[in-house]
Amino acid sequence: MSLTEQPLPVYDVERVRRDFPILATTVRGKRLAFLDTAASSQRPAPVIEAIVHYERHLHANVHRGVYELSQKATDAFEAARERVRGFLNARSTREVIFTRGTTESINLVAQSWGRSLRPGDEILISWMEHHANIVPWQMACERSGAVLRVIPIDRRGELDLAAFHRLLSPKTRLVAITQISNSLGTVVPIDEIITAARRNGSLVLVDGAQAVAHQRVDVQALDCDFYAFSSHKLYGPTGMGVLWARESVLAGMPPWQGGGDMIRTVSFEKTTYNELPYRFEAGTPNISGAVGLAAAIDYLESLGIDRVHAHEQALLRYATDALRAIPGLQIIGEAANKAGVISFTLEQVHPHDLGTILDTEGVAVRAGHHCAMPVMDFFGVPATARASFGCYTNREDVDQLIGALHRALEVFG
Amino acid sequence: MDLKDLYRDVILDHNKNPRNFGKLEPCDTSADGHNPLCGDRLTLTLRLEGDTVSDVRFEGKGCAISTASASLMTEAIKGLDERAITALSDVVHRTLTSSTEAAVPEGLGKLAALSGVREYPARVKCASLCWHTLAAALAHRGGSAAVSTE
Repeated sequence: MSLTEQPLPVYDVERVRRDFPILATTVRGKRLAFLDTAASSQRPAPVIEAIVHYERHLHANVHRGVYELSQKATDAFEAARERVRGFLNARSTREVIFTRGTTESINLVAQSWGRSLRPGDEILISWMEHHANIVPWQMACERSGAVLRVIPIDRRGELDLAAFHRLLSPKTRLVAITQISNSLGTVVPIDEIITAARRNGSLVLVDGAQAVAHQRVDVQALDCDFYAFSSHKLYGPTGMGVLWARESVLAGMPPWQGGGDMIRTVSFEKTTYNELPYRFEAGTPNISGAVGLAAAIDYLESLGIDRVHAHEQALLRYATDALRAIPGLQIIGEAANKAGVISFTLEQVHPHDLGTILDTEGVAVRAGHHCAMPVMDFFGVPATARASFGCYTNREDVDQLIGALHRALEVFG
Repeated sequence: MDLKDLYRDVILDHNKNPRNFGKLEPCDTSADGHNPLCGDRLTLTLRLEGDTVSDVRFEGKGCAISTASASLMTEAIKGLDERAITALSDVVHRTLTSSTEAAVPEGLGKLAALSGVREYPARVKCASLCWHTLAAALAHRGGSAAVSTE
């Protein structure tokens, strides 16, 4: 360590937990051990209060009224856009499009940019994508005659990079890749992928749904073309998300949904479209959602993303060691570089039975295919149980999970 | 709610040692059941004498609730005619979906072990998959059918 580097102050997870009112609830009479943050994170009081404040004092439609309230709502909405721009280190708010979530962000690209696809063009995705980064591309390929290619993974759940480089060809128009696998926790080396893809002349879309709340994201440093994420995995409200896109790429994309806000003038002969980013935001947007997302970003940055990351990595090591000590437990996804997501199976106990037993012990985990059926097929399992961590997860949550797993072994022993 | 209300000994036993497991070849009718949400799969093969089930087997992969439910069902329907099966199936469905305060209907025999499922609405489909598959097999007699919970 150099003299200028200071050790990080201790991360006080108990203080963070007090910011999340829901963590005080009990389920089935037990303390709640919420270990399903990868599906949706909980919201801290400042986010809830920002939304309530907006609803109580600021709401009117945006970009429309000349009256003061509408101006205030517009200001709050556009301030949220600026907040997101800063969070991603984007060049301009013209590149920040508000959507319903990651899924809608990807669909926007597939339906708008996807119209430029021609028969024989190729789209490259990976085996560990969430269905939201598979199905829109299958649909775009069906419409256009383009071909979907899939980068394989290995038994540890890591991307086969050699195969990626082989699959990259002059036909590759787009590489659509997750930054962190929601089912395996693998952190994908997207820097290498983006560099190679751009050298090849292909665009790159990054599915950042699992990444934004857990590590710093800088779209200029990444140098990708599209970055998609959801508010509700970032301690913000549901129904809210972002598509960031390089302005030069956006400029060439046709609108995808028509309606109010996305137009400049409308007549029955000819409609002209609004400028960026509004051209891609038809209809009244999720204004309180944007306000809540901005508050969530403020909150996360007040904790320090790097400190949250370090906390989650320490928990990941602690939980991985504890889980490995359980007889018959197999961790699915053992990449060298992982986020706070652990999928596992327990011999003799089906993941759904496991989910129910853990529930009766107050432990909330996801049991199922995690919207990643190809991953389940690859590992030959119908489903897994998945524990995932956030800024508020503590060792007690992990210990409660371990205790509940022993209970499951007792019941099924 | 005690875990043992759901995972009663009967259910654990039928999960570990499923009865009538396998495939009848030849058979008079068969059906595949699939619960795409959890990946449970089940194949039923039946032999019929007129309207009556003379033999039945199942195979597939699923959670303890779906495996035990299928195993218990195969035991319960052997020797029953179609009318009796429909009546029994109705009682099972009512049991699985009734309110937790309601009394468990009579006449279920060993199948009453499944009544704890009603405390867990997310698990009802696990228990009912085999009954939907059975209805499909009987409706498409002489062929093969497929049914999905979704």
